[in-house]
Amino acid sequence: MSRYIVDARGLLCPLPVIRVQDRVAGLKPGDLVEAICSDPGALNDIPAWCKINGHQIVETIGERDEIRITVKVCNTR
Amino acid sequence: MSEQKKAVALISGGLDSMLAAKIVQEQGVHVEGINFYTGFCVEGHTHAIRRKDRDKQKRNNALRVAEQLGIKLHIADVVEPYKAVLLNPRHGYGANMNPCLDCKIFMVSRARKWIETHDFDFIITGEVVGQRPMSQRRDTMPLVSRQSGADDLLLRPLCARNLPPTLPERQGWVDRNRLYDISGRSRKRQMALVEEFGITDYAQPAGGCCFLTDASYSAKLRDLWASRGSREYELDDIILLKVGRHLRPRPHFKIIVAREEGETRFLEGYRHRFSHIRTLSHAGPLTLLDGDGITDDDLHLAARIAARYSQGRDADTVEVSVTRQESGTSKLEVTPLPPGEIDPGWTV
Repeated sequence: MSRYIVDARGLLCPLPVIRVQDRVAGLKPGDLVEAICSDPGALNDIPAWCKINGHQIVETIGERDEIRITVKVCNTR
Repeated sequence: MSEQKKAVALISGGLDSMLAAKIVQEQGVHVEGINFYTGFCVEGHTHAIRRKDRDKQKRNNALRVAEQLGIKLHIADVVEPYKAVLLNPRHGYGANMNPCLDCKIFMVSRARKWIETHDFDFIITGEVVGQRPMSQRRDTMPLVSRQSGADDLLLRPLCARNLPPTLPERQGWVDRNRLYDISGRSRKRQMALVEEFGITDYAQPAGGCCFLTDASYSAKLRDLWASRGSREYELDDIILLKVGRHLRPRPHFKIIVAREEGETRFLEGYRHRFSHIRTLSHAGPLTLLDGDGITDDDLHLAARIAARYSQGRDADTVEVSVTRQESGTSKLEVTPLPPGEIDPGWTV
């Protein structure tokens, strides 16, 4: 299992999701991607993206100016 | 048993593309969505920036649609390749800086390449004959199919029966009789489909989904290009046009004044790239200066404008800090510019 960081601070919706999507591509099940975001839209969009693409949110820290969302890669199809 | 066919649907986040995908899904086709991010998409940017809007629900509409439909969504960052579309639209612009027809051709063309790479069979869009003045006319819709290279792999389920049968129809991958013949700008039949499919959650973006259709945004973009003598742009340039008050008091420089705390915080992220002004003696907005050859007189004028938009607008003087990119920070005492001296012509 590997852990990766995506720094999406200063990026607005939907770029944080795109950065996570592009980082997740090619990873293995169980790998973790931690996205650091400043756009509160990420609180809805990253979980929504995970849900429809079969990945899992394992941790969300922070609410406003700096949000850290950790995604566990599950579906690699 | 025949193999399940696969289609990719262009998902804008609006109702029509959602219905189009749903109609094909209902026929047993495997559908996934694709959404293109050009940098000009209206997608909660202002909500994310402005403090007064921070409690509004912020959701990406395309993701919301994909969730409703239970389909995968692929979001493609096309900021760079989209520049060629905006800068040299073969079919010209609409009422503002919107190259709608070229934009549609571009997106369908990207979708066509996507289906080749991902081994999908055809493309779905939510286009309706006669709904949009540029890209959704009876004479331009065949152009989109042809110039995108999608040809008859492009299915428009909402209006397919007004158009010649496409390959998915001729091959029986979808039943043409279960497609629709909607035309024009009325939304009645789409609303009936919403009812029929039991759809309860969908976005109704007022004024469309692209900033380029907006007159005020387009004016700022034209001003940016004219002032630089070049139509080059980066993502940050076009994002900044969505934030703050833009005033051009002199031809060689523009100031961007945050309108409230959320915008100030957002502009903080850009302050290292611009000379900027902060009010010190009174609460006030962060002001960025964009231009070349900015003189001390220009800075003084910009500081007076910044003071005008601070809590010290009625004070005799306001203390400000001025940070020049090339020479560091200094302090100034300025008289706020009276409202009558802010030329309305400065507003970009």
